[in-house]
Amino acid sequence: MGTKRQFRIWRGDEDGGDLQDYMVEVNEGEVVLDVIHRLQATDAPDLACRWNCKAGKCGSCSMEINGKPRLGCMTRMSTFEENETVTVAPLRTFPVIRDLVTDVSFNYEKARETPAFAPPADVPPGDYRMQQVDVERSQEFRKCIECFLCQNVCHVIRDHEENKPAFSGPRFFIRAAELDMHPLDTRTDRKEYAQAEMGLGYCNITKCCTEVCPEHIKITDNGIIPMKERAVDRRYDPLVWLGSKIFRRGETPQTSVTSARAAGPATPGPVGGSLHSHAGGSHDPQAEAQAQSGVNWHREVPHPTAPAVDERGKLPLTELTFDRAAAPSPFGDDVTFPLPPEHLNFAHPEQDKH
Amino acid sequence: MTTTTRIERHHYDVVVIGAGGAGLRAAIEARLAGKKTAIISKSLFGKAHTVMAEGGAAAAMGNVNPRDNWQVHYRDTMRGGKFLNNFRMAELHAKESPQRIWELETYGALFDRTKNGKISQRNFGGHEYPRLAHVGDRTGLELIRTLQQKIVSLQQEDKREFGSYDARIRVFSETTVTELLLDGDRVAGAFGYYRESGEFILFEAPAVVLATGGVGRSYKVTSNSWEYTGDGHALALRAGANLINMEFLQFHPTGMVWPPSVKGILVTESVRGDGGVLRNSEGKRFMFDYVPDVFRKQYAETEEEADRWYTDPDNNRRPPELLPRDEVARAINSEVKAGRGTPAGGVYLDIASRKSADEIRRRLPSMYHQFKELADVDITKEPMEVGPTCHYVMGGVEVEPDSGAAVGHVRGLFAAGEVSGGMHGSNRLGGNSLSDLLVFGKRAGGHAASYADSLPERPKVALPAVEAAVETALAPLQRDTGESPYTLQQDLQAVMGDLVGIIRREGELADALVRLAELRERVAKVSAAGGRRYNPGWHLALDLRNMLVVSECTAKAALERRESRGGHTREDHPAMDPQWRRVNLVCSLEGDSVNLARKPLPKMRPELIRLFDRAELAKYLTDEELTEFDALAEEAGN
Repeated sequence: MGTKRQFRIWRGDEDGGDLQDYMVEVNEGEVVLDVIHRLQATDAPDLACRWNCKAGKCGSCSMEINGKPRLGCMTRMSTFEENETVTVAPLRTFPVIRDLVTDVSFNYEKARETPAFAPPADVPPGDYRMQQVDVERSQEFRKCIECFLCQNVCHVIRDHEENKPAFSGPRFFIRAAELDMHPLDTRTDRKEYAQAEMGLGYCNITKCCTEVCPEHIKITDNGIIPMKERAVDRRYDPLVWLGSKIFRRGETPQTSVTSARAAGPATPGPVGGSLHSHAGGSHDPQAEAQAQSGVNWHREVPHPTAPAVDERGKLPLTELTFDRAAAPSPFGDDVTFPLPPEHLNFAHPEQDKH
Repeated sequence: MTTTTRIERHHYDVVVIGAGGAGLRAAIEARLAGKKTAIISKSLFGKAHTVMAEGGAAAAMGNVNPRDNWQVHYRDTMRGGKFLNNFRMAELHAKESPQRIWELETYGALFDRTKNGKISQRNFGGHEYPRLAHVGDRTGLELIRTLQQKIVSLQQEDKREFGSYDARIRVFSETTVTELLLDGDRVAGAFGYYRESGEFILFEAPAVVLATGGVGRSYKVTSNSWEYTGDGHALALRAGANLINMEFLQFHPTGMVWPPSVKGILVTESVRGDGGVLRNSEGKRFMFDYVPDVFRKQYAETEEEADRWYTDPDNNRRPPELLPRDEVARAINSEVKAGRGTPAGGVYLDIASRKSADEIRRRLPSMYHQFKELADVDITKEPMEVGPTCHYVMGGVEVEPDSGAAVGHVRGLFAAGEVSGGMHGSNRLGGNSLSDLLVFGKRAGGHAASYADSLPERPKVALPAVEAAVETALAPLQRDTGESPYTLQQDLQAVMGDLVGIIRREGELADALVRLAELRERVAKVSAAGGRRYNPGWHLALDLRNMLVVSECTAKAALERRESRGGHTREDHPAMDPQWRRVNLVCSLEGDSVNLARKPLPKMRPELIRLFDRAELAKYLTDEELTEFDALAEEAGN
């Protein structure tokens, strides 16, 4: 009936661990979570793994399968070759508790920091009236099953512990978007809040979150971009900008692209001090060469150019005075996406031991 | 031995065990009453089994059909439960559901809308009017998320007022309670462990609300998640409370049994309505052999006639695949037991050979996509393997209808949601569970809060009880000679699935009790490998004893009730018996063993019973009760 297949599963805890090999029976029509359950019932009774509904509805069994963030219950074994080794690792962005279980409390903290629905004071329960077309936009985001795969894959916090305090992540951008689009929500500053307090500006729309969403929510196109757009509309309204420019005429150049490092990023957050590695290559040729041949944990990676903010700490955005068309990257000018893979600080779990 | 002084201690006014719909609603109410409240969640916050509810939440708001009102809803609920429901619970439920749904909108819920902007309501089996508030097919998720976000918003208020999110309401996620602690007959607290670290935790609290859901994990084929191990049922029993109606479990006749990736997932009845037929392993369309006499006139006798019905229902009789759920389940069960089942223990549900691929995809889009995505089963090309799936337990903690307070030898214990019994009688209507959670969650939370207020002094947790709880919890880790908890669970599931399943017989039930007794001894010696940190084997070992005692209750009550009603079908007593309608079977613990007693059902108030036609009542009531009803009617007429 079943065939034996090769699995490599990360076992360990916060003190370290490694991938362990298992040969396990796989039957037709099974998913990765079934195989993990079989392992628990046979070779590895204490293998830690979260799961609940096993039907793609609760978002508990998030894991990284062959390097991709997936739900274990929705990853069919038939998608792998017969002789392919299936590697299962815990979510990388969150601290490991044990085996495949990670500490996802980051997400619950961010949820608590996101302002709640503000109901209209003068509408009693039962009198809420909304049109279907108006609720549908928010309903798309309320499909979210909180699997946190979008949070896990987001390169702003993946391997960037230092960005976590200032960055809420895609899950909570769509929560903000959902409330912003809620027909009866009375808070009017959802976008500004997302920009100022949730770190929306860190997002540079690589759409990784949308790609991994098991609910197929268009996180970027329908949630993040509209949130950014209106924030940009208000903040960078050309007339407002022109006004401020006229009154402060003659001060520092508005669009000095490379001088921004001293001004810091447009959004608050601890950036200074630590090395910033997703910016691209090291400027040291030797380290560069090493990076090409493997991971060098000690290579010096310089800070990227910070975003081109003006003296108000804001990105200039007008083609009238700026030195190029369209907006500057909030990540600075020397970062291009996608980043070259050899410049990502991907740590192979086996190497984590050292 | 672990010293009890090292155990983390918390003091709360109200502790809510369970973070599904009922638990969260109870916690909101307790917190709104100003009580310091803890929510204990076996999984992460927001992952509760409530998310699986698809259809909607039944509430007689009358948005789609203005003739709907609580009386109609009440009637539907009592009919669905075959008049075994606790009438007061059904009444409160029908009356209060609309407010509970509207309240969710003030928490931020976004239901689908009618044209004039109200909450849309859909039709569902057993409901006379369109009544289910819904959000596509993810209503349960909407409910959980809304309540979760309301709790967050209350925490934000507390943060502004007291400087801490956790000041008055705190969620203990991935925490399992293993014992309730008593001071005499009063609840004094709860003892459990953090799944993450394996460290113990002690809650001292005068009031505990159980909202732990159901018991489905004791069955081989179930749509329930791993958490459904009957924890609340067992905690209540051990604390001195009663369980009622434990013989009533809702099975769906066609759940997938293979492949494993979708085992337990329901296949909607419309597959059969659209032409799907059931075949055994010999390829025979067997349903024609199972048409009971009472249905003989309405159902086709030949395949040719049955097939004509789909296009010409006026001149042909219905195919027997469309018999009521329990008949279909009984037929599948018989085929499998006669050795004509599939290797996985089901039968084939074939629509692929009956309809074109295009038509299947058009008529059953979500079925097609679900099985394609989750299991790579193409229902347009191959038959499905289906069998009865355990879905919901009607039975549970016997409660005072108005307060949710557990009946029995314990005070300070409350229950709401699937863990409580009575509301749904012998069979639950679809859509009634989500509104049940809200109505009785709120009530239990509120009454737990006022109970905590009413106490002149707090009950005290006795140290020896804590030490005993620690010892019990650690025992499976310290043994290395016992069996694996996974083996034991499989064996338990086999006993319950094969012998106390959808169709029951006296001999099999008696056999099940013998086997459960054997299992009890084996479970007492279970050993779990590994350490205390996030060890699922250990967690299962601790859950097993709950599953076992609850299974014993179900088997005993099923053996005792010699009739068939709702979610309890006895092959040897196939008819409904009005005398049995007057009786609840009540389980309690005497020492270690389950004690079963009969208790008369509370009598419906005159103005409620008068909502029904005599002709309908005659199907359910005894002659004696009918005479009483006639007297009432006459009195009202005068």
